Amino acid sequence: MDRSDAIPEFRKTASGEGGEVSLTNLSALSGGVGIKSTAEVVAIIAVAVFVVGGVELALRVFEVPPYIMPTPSAIAVALVGDFPLIFPHLLHTLVELFGGFAIGATIGLVLAAVITQFPFAEKIVAPYILLLVTTPMLALVPLLILRFGFGYEPRIIAVALASGPMVMINAATGFRRVDNAKIALARSYGASTLQIFWKIRAPMALPMILVGLMIGAIFGLLTAVGAEMVGGGFGLGNRLTTYSSMIQMPQFFAVVLILSTLGILIYVLFFLIGKKWASWEA
Amino acid sequence: MTAGDAQTPKLRVDAASKVYATASGDLLALDRCSLDVRANEIVSIVGPSGCGKTTLLWSMSGLHRLSGGEILLDGTPITGPHPDIGLVFQEANLLPWRDLDANIRFPFEIKRIKPDQPWVDHLLRRVGLEGFGGKFPRELSGGMQQRAAMVRALSLRPSVLLMDEPFGALDSFTREEMNRLVEEIWLETHTTIVFITHSIEEAIFLSDRVVVLSGRPGRVAREFAVPFERPRSMEVMATKEVFDLTNAIKMEIVGGRKAAAPQVKPQQERID
Repeated sequence: MDRSDAIPEFRKTASGEGGEVSLTNLSALSGGVGIKSTAEVVAIIAVAVFVVGGVELALRVFEVPPYIMPTPSAIAVALVGDFPLIFPHLLHTLVELFGGFAIGATIGLVLAAVITQFPFAEKIVAPYILLLVTTPMLALVPLLILRFGFGYEPRIIAVALASGPMVMINAATGFRRVDNAKIALARSYGASTLQIFWKIRAPMALPMILVGLMIGAIFGLLTAVGAEMVGGGFGLGNRLTTYSSMIQMPQFFAVVLILSTLGILIYVLFFLIGKKWASWEA
Repeated sequence: MTAGDAQTPKLRVDAASKVYATASGDLLALDRCSLDVRANEIVSIVGPSGCGKTTLLWSMSGLHRLSGGEILLDGTPITGPHPDIGLVFQEANLLPWRDLDANIRFPFEIKRIKPDQPWVDHLLRRVGLEGFGGKFPRELSGGMQQRAAMVRALSLRPSVLLMDEPFGALDSFTREEMNRLVEEIWLETHTTIVFITHSIEEAIFLSDRVVVLSGRPGRVAREFAVPFERPRSMEVMATKEVFDLTNAIKMEIVGGRKAAAPQVKPQQERID
């Protein structure tokens, strides 16, 4: 058997970055063009050192007062020195984030899977979903605090309300991508509706579901921190308001740094999941 | 209708009609189509585009319900997908999130049975895909994808294989190679094959009979026997007899097209 049809011209993007989930800017994280040599690594580190060092130098030379902008070194010292104090608040924020996200994402996913099966019901529900997506759920936090107090509940509910619709709207887009030929294939082997869902619809929707989960998680983090700033005595958001009111700017920026790291970790997590499980979609 | 009336035909299409409901009213895609396919026979269906070839094939597979008439497999009406019928789609239709092995396991998973591994391995060797099990569809050429799809369709040992313009998207060299492969597989398994194609050359190369459908509504316009010996070498395919038959079929199709109503594409039927 010869393989004269194995001509590479048939292949779609055999190399390069075609494989990832289509999240914009992911290439910036993964090294879109691919880090090729130690020289590039050295250059990247050198620029980083130059930028941070430059900021440090400029702040010192112009004697910018720390309550306007603390130096990077002061932030680093605060991050390391006060970390034991900040850490419990980080845990509180994570509890709210995971709790709210788990609830919101689960409801969002189930709703998306169910609603897309009934096009008519989808049309009726769509405006409300859009409303939920576009309304900043932070706006409801004062009301939630009034009803549930200053504990975890209002924050977890707010996170769930913020992340759920994001997950749902993206997952629904995924579930709506029906490929009749693939469903016909499954049906030709006598597949049940449930089998078609798990073996065709769900894997086809997976890339969009991952996008939804990532956006939902980021929105959840935003909402968690915002809710913490509104009221209650714990959480990273609460630290932000506390530190800024006490003009402890190095500590304030240390918390900001932790928050950015959380955001990046969410991003990287879903990026890696996408690379592993949804890389088939070029 | 040419039929081996002495025995029950493998597949009998009896006055099959299909009406699609479209926005601009009902559309008759198939009009009392009748044809018999004997066991171990390869029958090609050709005709102008939009003549209901695919509709007919999907009805044979049990995926489409007919509006009138019936289709019988071994004398029993087909009412839904049948384990004895294998289907090869236009453009391989592999699942892109599964590697080749997992794609071929798919029918067994749906049926919740253990894969017939020796047979599958044999088929993979037969089509030259051994060692590609870990590759994803996007890593395979169009021809290789369609080979994988054939292995998948044959893996459950169907007694009838329905092929819906399987090689239409391939370049002509790959296409000829795939035709030879189908012939080789047929010489080994003698699976009854119904083959839909736009290519008269392909139809003549593969078939025992070529059925020409008229333009919409689809009707059996004429059947041509293809008496050439197998395997059909390039020399056979270059003879005057093949040339004359090709022309006769072409005339039949063109004549049918002239008489046909303006082409309207039927709305894709929702199949879930």
